[in-house]
Amino acid sequence: MAILSKKDQRLILDPLADDNPITIQVLGICSALAITAQLKASIVMAVSVLFVLGVGNVVISLMRNIIPSKIRIIVQLIVVATLVIVVDQTLKAFAYELSKELSVFVGLIITNCIIMGRFEAFALGNGPYRSFLDGIGNALGYGVILIAVGFFRELLGSGTLLGFKVLGDPIEKTGLYAFGYENNGFMLLSPMALIVVGLIIWVQRSKNPALVEEN
Amino acid sequence: MAKTDGNGYTILFATIMVIVVGGVLAGLATGLKPAIKENERFEKQQNILYAMGVNENVEGEGSVNFIPTDRVEAEYDKYIKEAYIIQNGNITQSDEAFTVDMKKQSKLPKNERKMPLFVGEKDGQKYYVVPMYGKGLWDAIWGYVALNDELIVQGVYFDHKGETPGLGANIKERYFMDDFTGERIMQKTQYSGITVAKGNNDPKNERKDDNKVDALAGATITGDGVSAMIKTTLGNYVPFIKDFKTKA
Repeated sequence: MAILSKKDQRLILDPLADDNPITIQVLGICSALAITAQLKASIVMAVSVLFVLGVGNVVISLMRNIIPSKIRIIVQLIVVATLVIVVDQTLKAFAYELSKELSVFVGLIITNCIIMGRFEAFALGNGPYRSFLDGIGNALGYGVILIAVGFFRELLGSGTLLGFKVLGDPIEKTGLYAFGYENNGFMLLSPMALIVVGLIIWVQRSKNPALVEEN
Repeated sequence: MAKTDGNGYTILFATIMVIVVGGVLAGLATGLKPAIKENERFEKQQNILYAMGVNENVEGEGSVNFIPTDRVEAEYDKYIKEAYIIQNGNITQSDEAFTVDMKKQSKLPKNERKMPLFVGEKDGQKYYVVPMYGKGLWDAIWGYVALNDELIVQGVYFDHKGETPGLGANIKERYFMDDFTGERIMQKTQYSGITVAKGNNDPKNERKDDNKVDALAGATITGDGVSAMIKTTLGNYVPFIKDFKTKA
């Protein structure tokens, strides 16, 4: 991190913790609920958003002085839609099965509020380098939560991680299953993702009371 | 920055942007097309083999497991021996069967329609795999049904474009598809298809000769779509499959 100035470091580190897009700003929740039943899907989604937000922020930042203000939202939408199509087509070509699993959700990155939010709030007013760092930081913040939720849901719901049986074999009753452990099917349902996100928010705010809003 | 606010500038900017973006996406689509087409071909092969019972399903586990893509081509060549196209009452052997677009065919008049039929062999037994295409609640549904000489279903695979997750989308779940195995499409000598029946008094589907499987809760229209798809498609194949049997 020595190559980055203090200010630049904050662009990357703040969204990871005290300004996290999911747990603090409560943006991008829908995809966090929808695709986190498996760790693999969470990771691919996180990487996809990292690409779209990182590149998108740079593109918008480079164009910030020539974008007509009247149509700036449309321009932002075109940029994000183009990048999402790039991701979608690339997944279809190189990770077909995963692209089917993620199906509509990759397309829905277009409507992910984090992305339009960063374009509008940061990239339109800052240079490409700092916008890139901001994009990467926010996408990492989003990805960290996604991967954490995916980790717990797959581990407790299916007893696997990335498809590997880490808790033993549920059919042959080895490992933890030998002691009567059962997979918690509830973890695989979407409502449980909301509860896991809620728990993360709870832990984070109890560790740092400054984050708690006062009425 | 006043110059960027004029109408002329805005229109010029929008035009250039559309051209640039269009060019980039067109280039990308052309570049990736071969890889995507190949993946779609593998998927179709996986589906056909799945219906035939050539898959990696684990007994006691509920998930659908296809033959992995790196092996599917070899397995397909091993099991699927012949492919036919039935058109206007004539049956001809043709490799084109694999590339027939069922969506397009479903819109043609009946006598112009090309109906593909894949004939496979596994453990000395013949399988007739019939592709089908129909309508669910929200969008298209499609699938493959594998029959044996006796016109008894040996396995199915269903898929959909936009059925409701958790309800109609469950037609591609194993517990639903497994129910079709062993079901007959004929009632004595009369063709009847298979009905996805609501309020079926046989939830475990133990009676295999009633031409009925248990419906999915909350997915009546998708279930009816599956019934209709099977009914309209399979009947057309019955005389040809019987013909194969008498020849064999």
